[in-house]
Amino acid sequence: MINILWERVRQGHRTIAYPVGDPPPLPDRFRGLPVLDESKCADGCRGCAEACPTDAIARDDQGLRLDLGRCLFCTDCVDACPEGAIRYTQDYRLATTTREDLVLRNGQELKLAQPLEQKMRRLFGRSLKLRQVCAGGDSSAEADLNVLGTVVFDLGRFGIQFVASPRHADGLVVTGPVTENMRLALLTAYEAVPAPKLVIAVGVDAISGGIFRDHPEVHNGVEGLLPVDLYIPGNPPHPMSILDGFLRMLGRLERNEPRTVPVTAQPHPALLPVAT
Amino acid sequence: MNSQGFAALHARQAIPRGQVPQMPFADFRGSIVDAVAGGQRVAALFGDVPDSTGNVDLYAVLADSSRALVRVGKTTLDSDRFPSLTPDCPPVHLFERELAEQYGLRPEGHPWLKPVRFHASYRPGHDAWDRRPGEHPVIGVTDFFRVEGEEIHEVAVGPIHAGVIEPGHFRFQCHGEQVFHLEISLGYQHRGVERVLVGGPGKRTIHLMEQVSGDTSVGHATAYCQAVEALAGVEPSLRAQVLRGVALELERLANHTGDLGALAGDVGFLPTSSYCGRLRGDFLNLTALLCGSRFGRGMVRPGGVGFDLDAGRIKQCLERLEGAFRDVSSAANLLWNSASVLARFEGTGAISQDTCVALGMVGPAARACGLECDVRRDFPTGIFRFKLVPVSSWITGDVFARAYVRWLEIQRSVAFVKDQLQVFPEGPIRAIVGPLKPDHLVVSLVEGWRGEICHVALTDSQGRFSRYKIVDPSFHNWMGLAMALRDQQISDFPLCNKSFNLSYCGHDL
Repeated sequence: MINILWERVRQGHRTIAYPVGDPPPLPDRFRGLPVLDESKCADGCRGCAEACPTDAIARDDQGLRLDLGRCLFCTDCVDACPEGAIRYTQDYRLATTTREDLVLRNGQELKLAQPLEQKMRRLFGRSLKLRQVCAGGDSSAEADLNVLGTVVFDLGRFGIQFVASPRHADGLVVTGPVTENMRLALLTAYEAVPAPKLVIAVGVDAISGGIFRDHPEVHNGVEGLLPVDLYIPGNPPHPMSILDGFLRMLGRLERNEPRTVPVTAQPHPALLPVAT
Repeated sequence: MNSQGFAALHARQAIPRGQVPQMPFADFRGSIVDAVAGGQRVAALFGDVPDSTGNVDLYAVLADSSRALVRVGKTTLDSDRFPSLTPDCPPVHLFERELAEQYGLRPEGHPWLKPVRFHASYRPGHDAWDRRPGEHPVIGVTDFFRVEGEEIHEVAVGPIHAGVIEPGHFRFQCHGEQVFHLEISLGYQHRGVERVLVGGPGKRTIHLMEQVSGDTSVGHATAYCQAVEALAGVEPSLRAQVLRGVALELERLANHTGDLGALAGDVGFLPTSSYCGRLRGDFLNLTALLCGSRFGRGMVRPGGVGFDLDAGRIKQCLERLEGAFRDVSSAANLLWNSASVLARFEGTGAISQDTCVALGMVGPAARACGLECDVRRDFPTGIFRFKLVPVSSWITGDVFARAYVRWLEIQRSVAFVKDQLQVFPEGPIRAIVGPLKPDHLVVSLVEGWRGEICHVALTDSQGRFSRYKIVDPSFHNWMGLAMALRDQQISDFPLCNKSFNLSYCGHDL
C-alpha cells in the first residue's frame, strides 16, 4: 500500500494546462497544417499532385489546391517539390465545420470549426456524451481518441465522455473508411442516438476513405451516409487536433488569437527518387 | 515424407517462381502435415490464379525455426474440391477458410468451414457456399456453433463494443457464468487490402502497408520494404537498418506499455492503468521525435528510412527513453507486488502449450505458453542479424504470463534501443529501389509487437505484384483467445481479450 502511495507521489500531476495554459510542445517534425506557396511553383509543374498517394493535391485554373479531407500528412508532396511550395507547419488546429472548408488554397487561411448554434451549445456545451464507432479504422485514430481519456488530456474535465450505448449518447464519433461490412452497424448506431445528435468524422479515412478510397469494399468514409457536424483531418489526427476540434465545436475556445506556428523541420535534403 | 520436397530459402531471399517446387496435391498435403508434426509452423497458405485457365495454385510457406529457413512449395488444383488438411493439421484451419472464401474452394472434411471476412469470391462463379453471384455477402450470416440444453444461454456481443475499439462479433455459449464455448466471427474491418495490392507497387502501396494494422505501421511497413528490397536486389544501409530496428522496438514499447495499463484497468487497479496510459503516449511521442508521426508513419521506406537522427536528437531520445522506462518500471512493478492484481491475473484464461502449438500461435501469446519463438532470433533480418534480442517467455499461459512477457520484452526493447543509439553507424539512410525482378517470389518475416508478420510477394513477368499475401500475427492467434475462454467466467472476457489484444483490421485486411 505504501508503495502505491509513494508511486502516486512520484508520478506527479500530469494533466496539461491547456486550454487555460499553452498547448504542450509538439515534436519539431510533427506535420500539422500545410501551407501552400504557389509563387514557388514552376510553370506547368505537377510534381506534388502526381506524387500524392490520395490525389489530395491538384493544380487547376485557380491554382494549387490541397484537400485536407484527403491528405495523409505524408511527405510525398514535400519530397517531390524541389522549390518548397508545400510546407508543413506544426499547427495542430485542423478541424472544420464543413467539408468544403477542408480545401486549402494558396494564401487562404483555414476556416476553423465554428461553435454550434446556441440551442445545441446549451444542450451539449458542458456535457457531451459520445459513442465511438470504428468502421474499418486501423486502430490508430481509435488509440488517439483513447488517449484523450488519459490523465494527460483528461477529457472528463470538459464534460466530454465516451459512453457504451448509442442511446446514452449525444452523437457519434466515426473512424475508418466505412467498410461495407460495417455500414449497417454504423447506420443502426446512428439511428439509436436520440435527436438532436452530432456526427464527428475523425481522421482522413472517415472523411474521404483515405488511402482506402475507392476500394470496392469501402464507402469512402461517412460522406453520403451521415450528416457530419465536425471534420477532424489527420492520419490519424494528433490528440491535440481532436481536442481542439471538440472544444471549438462546443464554443469553448474563446481565445482564438492568431499564433505564430513554427514550420515543421525538414527531414533531410531531398530524398532520392524511388523507381518502382 | 517430409518437407524436403519444398524449397528451402532464407527469409527475404527472392527466388524465381520456377524454382518453387510444384508437386501433386497429395505430396503437398503430406509435406505440410509431416512438417507441422515435426515442429515446423505454417507461416502462410494461400492461393493464386496465375493464368487464364482459372485453376488455383496453392502456395505453402513453412517456418523452420530450428534451421532459420522458410520452406516453400506449391500445387495446382484441378478442381474446386480438395481433401482438407485441417483434420490432420489444425493450424491451417483459418487459412483453409480463407481459401474457401477467396477462391470458392471446398476443403472437404473441414470441421468449421465458414466465411472469414464475408466478401464475394475472387473467382466469379466459384463460391464455397453457393451464394448468389454478384451480391455482397451479408456479414454475420453464417452457422454459429451452438450448445443445446435447457440451462444453456447464448450471449452475443458486437460488432460494436462498449469501448473505443475495433468491431468484431463474439458469441458465447454459457452455463450460468461459465463459458463453454466462444466463437469469434470477424470481417467487419475488411477493406480489401490484398486485392488492391495486385499490380503494384505504386505510390499508394507503402501507405496501405502502414495502415494494414495502424498500431503496427512500422512492423508491416518493414515487412513490405524487406520484400521489395529483396525483389529489387537492394540492401539498405546499416544506418537505415538500425533506424528501422529502433522504430520497431519503440512500436513494441508503446503497445506493450499500453497493454499493461489496460490490463490493470480491466482488474480495477487504477494506479498502473493511469500511469501506463500516459507512458504509452511518451513512447509514441518518441516515435514522433523520429519521424513526426506517433504511429511511425513515414519512417520506414523502400530502400531505407524516411528520417535520419542527428546527435542532438539521439541525446534527447535517450534521455526521454530513460525517463519513460523509469516510470514504466515502477508502474509495472506495482502490478507484480499487488496481491489483488495477481489474484485476478493468475490462472485466468490459461492455454496449454500443446494447444498453443496445435493452433500455431505466435508472438507474446505463444511465448507466454513457454514457446521459444521470436522472428528476431529465429529468422533475423536487418539489424537483428547483428544484435540478439533475448527471447522472453513464461510458462503458465495465463493472463499473468501474457502480461509478464510484455514486461520482460519492454526491458529488453529498452536495452536494445539504448544500445543501438549509442553506437550509430554512418551512412546514407535510403537507397534507390529499382525495378522488381519479374516472376519471383519472396517471403518476408518481421517480429511485430503481436508476433510474426509474414508477407509473401509474387511478381509477374513485368515485375508487378501478381499476388501479395499478408499474414498478420492476429490471424494465427484469434483462435487462441477462443480457447482461453473455455471454462472461464464470461466476466473475465474483457481481461482475456486485452491480454491478447489482437488486431481486427490486421486479421480482416
